[in-house]
Amino acid sequence: MTIPEQEFDRRPWLLLTPALLSITALVVIPMSFILVSSFYENIDLAVDRVAFQFSNWTALFTDTYYLTAIWKTLRLSVIVTVLAAVLGYIPAYFIARTKFRQKWLLLLLLILPFWVSFIIRTLSWIHILGNQGALNGLFQWLGLTDAPIQMMYNETTVIVGFLHVFLPYMILNVYVSIDGIDENLEPAARTLGATPWQAFREVTLPLSLPGLAAGSLLVFVLTGGSYVTPLILGGPSDYLFGNLIYDAVVSELNWPMGATLSFTLLVLLGLVVVIYSRFMGLNQLSKAFR
Amino acid sequence: MRAWSLIRFYTILVYVFMFAPIAVVLLLAFNNSQFGGFPIDGFSLRWFYKLAENEAIIRAFKTSFILGLLTALVSTSIGVLASLALVRYQFRGKDLITTMLISPVLVPETVLAVGLLIFLRWLHMPRSFLLLLLGHSIIALPFVVLVVQARLVGIKKEYEEAARSLGANPVQTFLQITLPLLMPAVFAGALFAFTISFDNITATIFWRPTGMETVPTQIFGMLRNSVSPEINALGFVMIVITVGLPLLAGGLARYFARKKT
Repeated sequence: MTIPEQEFDRRPWLLLTPALLSITALVVIPMSFILVSSFYENIDLAVDRVAFQFSNWTALFTDTYYLTAIWKTLRLSVIVTVLAAVLGYIPAYFIARTKFRQKWLLLLLLILPFWVSFIIRTLSWIHILGNQGALNGLFQWLGLTDAPIQMMYNETTVIVGFLHVFLPYMILNVYVSIDGIDENLEPAARTLGATPWQAFREVTLPLSLPGLAAGSLLVFVLTGGSYVTPLILGGPSDYLFGNLIYDAVVSELNWPMGATLSFTLLVLLGLVVVIYSRFMGLNQLSKAFR
Repeated sequence: MRAWSLIRFYTILVYVFMFAPIAVVLLLAFNNSQFGGFPIDGFSLRWFYKLAENEAIIRAFKTSFILGLLTALVSTSIGVLASLALVRYQFRGKDLITTMLISPVLVPETVLAVGLLIFLRWLHMPRSFLLLLLGHSIIALPFVVLVVQARLVGIKKEYEEAARSLGANPVQTFLQITLPLLMPAVFAGALFAFTISFDNITATIFWRPTGMETVPTQIFGMLRNSVSPEINALGFVMIVITVGLPLLAGGLARYFARKKT
C-alpha cells in the first residue's frame, strides 16, 4: 500500500475522530471551563453569578487554609513517592534478575492488586491497624497491652494506605526498566574490578533511572490528586488539596471556589508532568504496558 | 550471595505488605462475630446471606455491573479505532495526538470530575447515568489505547497487505484479519476498562446522580460508621469477581491453547 505523499490521507483521522471528539468534549473543553468559572462570583449555596473578578484567587493566595493544604499535599506526595521508590526498587530488581522459574507468578502477583478494588484495599488497613485490627489483637494476645493502642486515623495511616495502593505502579515501572538492561553489564563491570555494590551503583542504577522516574511521577501525581484515602484512613487534620475541592463542591456547593481550587491542582500537578516530560518524554510511561 | 538472600527476603516482605491486608479481608468475610474486625469467633457464611438480602447493595451491584460493561464497550470501540490510526498510519502531529489520548491519565481525576461537572452545569444538564458512562469511558480510554497499541505493534502489517492484494476491501481486511488477531488485546482492553469503571470512586462520587450508588460509593457510604462484617463479605465477592474471573479466563485460555498444539 503505497500512498503518494502529496495526497492527504484521511483514513487515520477518520479512525481518530471518535476518540478526539470525546477527549475534546469531555476533557479539553471542561478544563477551560474550570478556568473561566474560577472568576465567577459565589453568591449563595449553589448560586453563582457570571463575573470577571478575582475574589476566589485572592482567597486562594491569602488564606492560610488553602496555602497549608498546598504545602501538606506537596509534602505528603514527596514522602509517599520517596518511600515507594525505596520500598519498590529492590523487589523490582529481584523480579528482573531472579533465576526463579516461576517468575511469571511474581509478575502476576504484581498486577493482581490493580484488580482488587481500591476502596477495599484502603479500608483493609483498618483491619490491620484499627482498634479491632490484627496488630492490636496480636499485642493483646501477647499480653503487651490491655487496651487497644490507637494507631489509626493519622498521617502515618494515610501514608501507608497510599503506599499500599500505589506501590505496584512503582515496582512495575522500575521492573520494566531493569529488565531492559543487558544482564551481562554487571558481570562485565565486576571483571573490571568493581565490587558488586559499585557495579550496581554505576551501571544498573543509572540505567534504571527512567523507570524510577516514571514510577515516581505516577505515584506523585496520583497521591497529589487524591482525596478519598485521607477521608477513610486519616484524621480531621489529614486533608489534602483534593479534600478542599471535595468540600467546596460537594459540601459547600461553592462552584467558583471549587473551580479555582481544581485549576490550581491541575497547574501544580501539570507542572510536575511537564517538567518530567521535558527530561524523559512521555513514552517511558507507556512502556509498562508492553 | 548473602546480599541476594537479603534482597529476596526484602522482596518477600514487600509482597506480604501488599497482600496481607487483602488476605485479612478475605478471612474476616467468614467471621461469625457481629463486628467487622478481630477476634475471629468462628466460621460462618451469615454475612453473605445478609449481603444477598441487602437491597441497596444489590442495586449498587447492578449499577456498577451495567456501567462497567457499557464503559468497556464504549472505550474499547473508540480505543481500538484510535490505536489502529496510531500504529498503522504515518501522519503529522502524531505525538500531540498521542499525548491528547493519554491526557485523561495526566489530569488528576478530581479535577477531571469537577471540570466535567462544571461544563455540564453550564449546559444546564443534570447529573445522570450517561455522565457516569461517558466519564468512566474517558478515564479508561488511555489504558485501552496503551494495551491495544502494544499488541497491534506486534501484528505484522504483511497479513493485512496480503489480504488486500487478494482482493479484500479495507473493512473486510479489518474484520477478517486484523480484528481476530487483535482479539486478545481487545479482550484485555475491555477487561481493563471494566475493572477501572467497576473500581472507580474518586470521580464517581462527583458524577453520580442523587440516589444512585455504585459498589464503591455504597461501601464508602457504609464506612461512615465502622467496617461492618457485611463490607468484608462484599469485599470478598468483589475480589472474586475482579480477580477470580480474569484469572480463570486467562487460565482457561492458556489451557485450551496448549490443548490445541
